[in-house]
Amino acid sequence: MTTADVLMLALGAVAVGSAAAVVATRHVVRAGLWLVVALGAIAGLYLVLTAELVAWVQVLIYVGAVVVLLLFAVMLTRAPIGASADLDRSRWPGLLIGGGSGLGLATLLVDAYRWSTVEPTSVGTAEVIGTQVFRAWVLPFEVLSVLLLAALVGAIVVSRPDVGVRR
Amino acid sequence: MMHPVIPYVIAALLFGLGAYGVLTRRNAVLLLMAVELMLNAVNLVLVTADTTVRAALPYTGGVFALFIIVLAAAEVGVGLAVVLQLYRLRRSVQVDELPLADAGPYAGADDDDPLPVGASR
Repeated sequence: MTTADVLMLALGAVAVGSAAAVVATRHVVRAGLWLVVALGAIAGLYLVLTAELVAWVQVLIYVGAVVVLLLFAVMLTRAPIGASADLDRSRWPGLLIGGGSGLGLATLLVDAYRWSTVEPTSVGTAEVIGTQVFRAWVLPFEVLSVLLLAALVGAIVVSRPDVGVRR
Repeated sequence: MMHPVIPYVIAALLFGLGAYGVLTRRNAVLLLMAVELMLNAVNLVLVTADTTVRAALPYTGGVFALFIIVLAAAEVGVGLAVVLQLYRLRRSVQVDELPLADAGPYAGADDDDPLPVGASR
C-alpha cells in the first residue's frame, strides 16, 4: 500500500458513499448536493491518477455547470423541499440489475488486474492533452463542436412552444 | 506506484449504483443525476486505463474522458429542456406516469396553461 493507494481508497470510499446517497436519499435537493461530493471525489481520483487537466475540467463543467443546471431543474419543476416518499418505484429490478452489473464488472476487473502495480510515468497536463487533441483527435473534436451546436439549437426548439405547432 | 485495481473497482461500483438509480428513481431530474454517475464511472475507467496501460497513442483515455464530459454537458442541456417542457405540459416529472401514446402535442396540457396553442411569446 502506497500513498497513492491510500488516497484512492479514501476518495473512492467518499465517491461510492455519496453516490449511494444520491440514488437513495429521499430529498431531491440533497441528491444534487451529494452529487457535488461524489463528482468532487472523482475529480480527486483523477488527480491521483495523474490526469490533471481532466480533474480540473471535471470540477469546472460537472461540479460548476451540470450540477447547477440540475439544481435549476429541481427548482423549476417545483420539487418538494422536504422528504418525499414517492421518489422510488419497486427496488428489486434496480437492485438486481445495478448490483449484478456493478459486482459483475468489479469481479471481472479484479480477475483481470489482480494486485498488479504500475508506475505512472507522465502527468496529463493541459499541454500534453492539448497536443494530443489537436494532433490525433482533431476530427472528433470538430464533430463535437457541431454536436454542441446541435444540442444548443435542439434545447431552444424543445423549449419554445411556438416552434413546430401546426396552424 | 499504485494498484490499478482500486480505481477500476470504484468505477464498477459507481456504475452499478448509477444503474440502480436509473431503474429505481421516478423523478426525471433524479434519473439524470443517476445517468451522470454512470458517465463518471466510464470516465474513471478511461482515465485509469490511460494511466495504467501504455498505448500506441498516449493520453487517449484522457482525451476521451474530456469528450465524454462535453457530451454529458450537452446531454444535460437537452435533457433538462425536455424535462421542463414535460413539467409545463403535465405538471409532473414522474417518468412512470407518462402515457406513451398521445393524441396531439398539447393534449395533456392543463387548463390553466397561460399560453394557447400556436401563440408566440
